[in-house]
Amino acid sequence: MCHGAAMAVQVLDGVGGADLGAARMQMALSLGWHIVLACFGVGLPAITLIAEWRGHRGGDSHYRLLARRWAKAMGVLFAVGAVSGTILSFEMGLLWPGMMGVYGEVIGLPFALEGIAFFIEAIFVGIYLYAWDRLPPRAHLLAGVPIVLAGVASAFFVVSANAWMQRPTGFQVKDGRVVSVDPWAAMFNPATPPMTTHMILAAFMVTGFGVASVYAVAMLRGRRDRYHRLGLLLPLTVAAIITPVQIGVGDWAAHAVADQQPVKLAAMEGVFRTGRGVPLHLGGIAIGGEIRYALEIPYGLSLLAHWDPNAVIHGLEEVPPGDRPPVNVVHWAFQIMVACGFALLALAAWLAWEWRRRRDLPRSPWFLRGAAASGVAAVLALEAGWIVTEVGRQPWIVFRVLRTSQAVNPAPGLVYGFVLVTAVYLLLTVATVYVLRRLARDVPVPVAPQERDISGYKVV
Amino acid sequence: MPLPEIMLAVLWVGLTAYVLFGGADFGGGIWDLLAGGAKSGHQQRELIEHSIGPVWEANHVWLIFVIVLTWTGLPSVFAAVASTLYIPLTLAALGIIGRGAAFAFRKVSTELWQRRLFGATFAFSSVVTPFFLGTVAGAIASGRVPLGIARGDLVGSWLNPTSVTAGALAVGVAAYLACVYLTRDAQRAGAADLVAAFRRRALVCGVVVGVLSAAGLIVLRADTPGLYTQLTSGRALPLLLLSVVAGLASLALMWWRAYVAVRLTAALAVTGLLWGWGVGQYPAPLPGVSLDEAAATDAVLAAGLGSLAVGALLLLPSLWWLYATFQRDREK
Repeated sequence: MCHGAAMAVQVLDGVGGADLGAARMQMALSLGWHIVLACFGVGLPAITLIAEWRGHRGGDSHYRLLARRWAKAMGVLFAVGAVSGTILSFEMGLLWPGMMGVYGEVIGLPFALEGIAFFIEAIFVGIYLYAWDRLPPRAHLLAGVPIVLAGVASAFFVVSANAWMQRPTGFQVKDGRVVSVDPWAAMFNPATPPMTTHMILAAFMVTGFGVASVYAVAMLRGRRDRYHRLGLLLPLTVAAIITPVQIGVGDWAAHAVADQQPVKLAAMEGVFRTGRGVPLHLGGIAIGGEIRYALEIPYGLSLLAHWDPNAVIHGLEEVPPGDRPPVNVVHWAFQIMVACGFALLALAAWLAWEWRRRRDLPRSPWFLRGAAASGVAAVLALEAGWIVTEVGRQPWIVFRVLRTSQAVNPAPGLVYGFVLVTAVYLLLTVATVYVLRRLARDVPVPVAPQERDISGYKVV
Repeated sequence: MPLPEIMLAVLWVGLTAYVLFGGADFGGGIWDLLAGGAKSGHQQRELIEHSIGPVWEANHVWLIFVIVLTWTGLPSVFAAVASTLYIPLTLAALGIIGRGAAFAFRKVSTELWQRRLFGATFAFSSVVTPFFLGTVAGAIASGRVPLGIARGDLVGSWLNPTSVTAGALAVGVAAYLACVYLTRDAQRAGAADLVAAFRRRALVCGVVVGVLSAAGLIVLRADTPGLYTQLTSGRALPLLLLSVVAGLASLALMWWRAYVAVRLTAALAVTGLLWGWGVGQYPAPLPGVSLDEAAATDAVLAAGLGSLAVGALLLLPSLWWLYATFQRDREK
């Protein structure tokens, strides 16, 4: 599909197809990889701090053990996230110099602010992880707070730069040169509020469901002690509270897309012709300018996108074929994201229902199976959502301002770079999964009831 | 001072911090590589891991700072450098992945074969990354990156006498700073044999880097005469002299076992080199391009510099706390 898009662009602009495809795939790979780590970077410190705080307040050493265990994983994930994020800042220039050379200054402010936030994060991660036994418990807990705040701020700044690529504002161009910039207007463009909120909540969902699924698997294997129950319950509760909010925010984000990037909405929903009272398509494949084999809900899309069954939905036909994103990729990615979101909502509702009734986890093994799958579903929703955002913006790198094919580095041989980067990321993935699995398998040091503290449990 | 000049100075401060702190972390990896067998090198590796563990991620952010500030303040220069030098920059980026990830993985691994595998990746990446970053510096310093997208020679721009010398010098400087810092860390940890080992290395390495710098001047004379003139008889001369004097003082202080003072003079020697390059090349970031032409609009520079000033109020105390926490002697 990607290749198809690259070919179409090539016909239009006469810019190389293979290298453009390679550059796009390399960006997709490294960004799609980093985004998972970035989510844990935002979410994991928060749930670790909650566990540590509860451990100190209630005196339940299981919470403190969990906090130490999660902190150890945080150390690995933060390191890998830091380096995989650095690669992205390299790639902005290596792959897309045509964008950065002209518009780098327009989106420079949020990146400079993100740099500060990331700096604070890195400093306090160092203190939090390595000074556990050097600081009094309260000071240690407080040292973790800047990590959470800076992590959320980082996510906001980075996504606001991406939002600008969707809805570019705050600059004027004359003869291919930016002549005046309002960096604050660029950062706070209309796409920023829904996109940043959606992403930050997604980070907490991915972390919550992701960590919970590790303990759900352990419980399915028979480890039903308090340590594992809390390890499941705490992150799952955080994620379950956020999920319904996220679905509301997702609706807000879709409305924003309907207003700001109608062509992206048309691709998400597989709408080719402009009209009133447009149905919602579930499933289906776009072939030859129409969506086939889809389940249609009459008036569904008009209603959802504009709260009006007769509202006008702009179809893909409104832009020339060369300006359309690849419909099937975007449509299916969107469907997968929404399906995962509602499945996670069902799991959250099940937990809430049983908790209200019995103050306990649902007894059914199917709940644990669902919880075990929830981490995968959350990551799938994350990746699918990101594909909707990024592929749905094509063929533009800066929406309706600059084409991706005009931004790509024209130097030959980008394909080889892509192959090399893919190989390194494969190794990195294998090593990361291996190390994390080892960390998860380490049996926690047992703590006797009379032990007042667990500081003897050496973690770092 | 006009905004572009302030921005450039802040950029150079970030670059200096990256070399002094992040560079030393790479140097730690270089000494990890040279520490010997798993058993005989164990103590040294432990000291290195202990020293760079809490700080390397914060130190690494200086690189991101430099990259982001370049594309914000000098967007066309960033695009020209990144597109022409995409080969060494891609290799450096992969080295950065290998170094950081393998270091974190080794830390939580217990079995010998894993520690060896991750350790080797960490150490090898610590050598190649500064080398490639150094070749990039050499490419810019020798004026081989023209303005425009991928206009320069994709190979010759970074495989040339100045670049290769700069790459070797970057590796040497990283290793030198690391053993200077590690000597004091070993002293604080009370490991007399490690102090002696790193002191010996700092002396040898200091001489090697000094010779390499002198050789670098000869290479510059042939390959990049403009910068050579500025360094030897122009406005960059005081900085070159500072570097030479501080470098010689470092050797003397290391000889006399003044392990804290030598940190300062070693850092000054490296700072002199970096600022000598910057001042020598000013005001043309790329051949035929003035700083004013390349700089972003004033609104962007003002917003960026203002944000950094406010951010510094948060950052400097935090950084101070980080270093103070781990440079303080452990309370018993």
